Amino acid sequence: MSFEPKILGVLCKWCSYAGADLAGTSRKKYAPNVRVVRVNCTGRVEPTFVLKAFEKGADGVLIAGCHPGDCHYLEGNYKALRRFQLLKKMLAQMGIDDGRVRLEWISASEGERFAVVVNEMTERVRKLGPFAKNGGSNG
Amino acid sequence: MTKNKAKVGVYICHCGSNIAGVVDVKDVAAYAQGLPSVAAVKDYVYMCSDPGQNIIKEDIKHLGLNRVVVACCSPSLHELTFRRACQEAGLNPYLFQQANIREQCSWVTEDAALATVKAKALVSGAVSRVVHQEPLEKREVEINPNTLVIGGGIAGIQAALEIADGGYKVYLVEKTPSVGGHMAQLDKTFPTLDCSSCILTPKMTQAGSHPNIELMVYSEVEEISGYVGNFKVKVRKKAKYVDEEKCTGCGICQTKCPIRVDSEFDAGIGKRKAIYTPFAQAVPNVPVIVAEECTYFIKGKCRACEKFCEPGAIDFEQKDEIVEIDVGAIIASTGYGVFDPTPMAHYGYGRLDNVITSLEFERLVSSAGPTGGKIQLKDGSTPTSIAIAHCIGSRDEKYHEYCSRVCCMYALKYSHLIKEKTEADVYQMYIDMRCFGKGYEEFYKRLSEEGVKFIRGKVGEVTDRAISDEEKGKLIVLAEDSLLGNVMRVPVDMVILCVALEPQADAENTARKLGISRSADGFYLERHPKLDPVATTTDGVFVAGCCQGPKDIPDTVAQASAAAARALAMISKGKVEVEAATAHIDEERCSGCRICNDLCPFSSITFDEEKKVSRVNDALCKGCGVCVAACPSGIISGRHFTAEQIIAEIEGVLA
Repeated sequence: MSFEPKILGVLCKWCSYAGADLAGTSRKKYAPNVRVVRVNCTGRVEPTFVLKAFEKGADGVLIAGCHPGDCHYLEGNYKALRRFQLLKKMLAQMGIDDGRVRLEWISASEGERFAVVVNEMTERVRKLGPFAKNGGSNG
Repeated sequence: MTKNKAKVGVYICHCGSNIAGVVDVKDVAAYAQGLPSVAAVKDYVYMCSDPGQNIIKEDIKHLGLNRVVVACCSPSLHELTFRRACQEAGLNPYLFQQANIREQCSWVTEDAALATVKAKALVSGAVSRVVHQEPLEKREVEINPNTLVIGGGIAGIQAALEIADGGYKVYLVEKTPSVGGHMAQLDKTFPTLDCSSCILTPKMTQAGSHPNIELMVYSEVEEISGYVGNFKVKVRKKAKYVDEEKCTGCGICQTKCPIRVDSEFDAGIGKRKAIYTPFAQAVPNVPVIVAEECTYFIKGKCRACEKFCEPGAIDFEQKDEIVEIDVGAIIASTGYGVFDPTPMAHYGYGRLDNVITSLEFERLVSSAGPTGGKIQLKDGSTPTSIAIAHCIGSRDEKYHEYCSRVCCMYALKYSHLIKEKTEADVYQMYIDMRCFGKGYEEFYKRLSEEGVKFIRGKVGEVTDRAISDEEKGKLIVLAEDSLLGNVMRVPVDMVILCVALEPQADAENTARKLGISRSADGFYLERHPKLDPVATTTDGVFVAGCCQGPKDIPDTVAQASAAAARALAMISKGKVEVEAATAHIDEERCSGCRICNDLCPFSSITFDEEKKVSRVNDALCKGCGVCVAACPSGIISGRHFTAEQIIAEIEGVLA
């Protein structure tokens, strides 16, 4: 059997989670590899969450929130973006391929896009192979 | 209640076959049984039904459950339902967690086995999280009894009048110089053919004179802050350069003004002056000067209007004014825009004289319009044949996928009006006739007996290239008659394009100010398409009319009244429950670094200079969690979204 990656999805409740719901009501089929955790805002996402996910067996992490300017809390997504840049630097230093994390803006009306992003992310992580916690060569 | 004594009940919903048709619910139930702290697992065909909820309530009472997980649809649908069920059984509603195994699992996964694996992961996440959830108490805040209605078309007028009649104050903000909206531009209304002005103008007048309505025309909402019950709104009242108190509405200024420009109200087929009221029955009947068009503002001289204004109402020194108002509820009734068919070059709009849009025809046929209701061609002659092309920009994947819902019916209305006023032959080129409302099908039947020619097929092209004598000097409409299966060339004098209703050009901007979402078609998104069609995901903000999606006048009025009822219900209760999930600073451990102070987008964190600690104002905090994630000491906790809870869920879904 081919490798089925486990991907953590952290979605903001207002835009991306609603977008994922829309994919459902529109019956868009997509890869079942992303397991979603709902947060109020991507601004709530601590870098620790991402590291914890890798520690607990995730092969990738997808964070998705409102488009710039659309944040329900005005600017939480900008804060998420800044933290994400820092996080990527930190992951690089830890030897984690930056293809394993992705930050996306997906609105409540972009059900189709949510499905596309999940499929892309799944394929990308599938290519990277399982995440090895010991910093092994495939990390 | 300590965590190691958590007793979790897990309920798996079949949702008929929506979930159970894909996900093996029995297998998920068996899996849940083995999860830590789980004391009871049941599956049922409809958990949200009364019997379904009763299962939960009984178990809470008899098995002593202190945590509940329901794996079913999206929490946006039934989180409140199940929270309420818990509460009714004496369990704090915040001790409930929902796992979304329908929208985000059974509906989107092809492979049943993989869907079942995913459902188990989501249930595991919810169980893992719920153990760490803490009881919270909902807070109540006082409601400001005033309401803001944005947009003064029929939807806004109706909503404003309902609330004002209920005894509460309404601010009705309209961006043009008069209320009335698109309905004021219409001649007759289908299917009853009663005159639009005759039914609308009394309502406009009422809105203008109602003691509880403060009308703010030529004004736009600049900024909205605050939250349900307590919004603060900044409204820009644009300078009219006319003193409303002094103006008597005599209209002499408009006759004296030398500048003629295209009238927006007449859809560009009529003219207005640089100082104008959009139409004769405007409410309020006070003209405005458009500075960009006025000779005095451009060249520094003219002032003709001022010279002839007896009451001396012209005031060139007027400035825009920012008015701040406090309201408890907001109704958005900002209406629609009209699709511009110019990009569809094959229809020749803008290039061929007598190819006009439906709104232009509406003004042409109106007895108060530029021709006094005479249906005429650009050269002033009367047409002998007219084609009405349906679905221009609607039901078209290149432009708008949706059906604009009103075009079939107004096209039928046009047929009748044309037949009434001229001898012209009328052709309806349609994809499907959609006559769904009360009395609509009957109207269609009546019209088909009035000698109108119906051709089932969308117009492919309108051209002036004649290939026979009969076609010379005519517009030739090419359409495939899909019932007969042949392509027709129909020579006519006039073509009316039934253009789509689309979101207002500034809908995106307005949605941002309101903090509401839009659906894929660009219209405002209602909270639930069936069960909550007037609320939005932002508490206290409601939608009415075409800003939520194309609809006819009866539906618009019904939705406006519904929005008003929702606002009134909130106001009359006097208090509203607000989210208990807010941030909390542990003052004992706060280092006073103040990083959170500036981060908070709602200025809800203040610094106590005496104690040197930061403090969250619960009434202002919206629970976004930005401060929680940023606190370097990790001592800000997000109630109901603590790091512990989120990490537990992450561990759960990855287990």
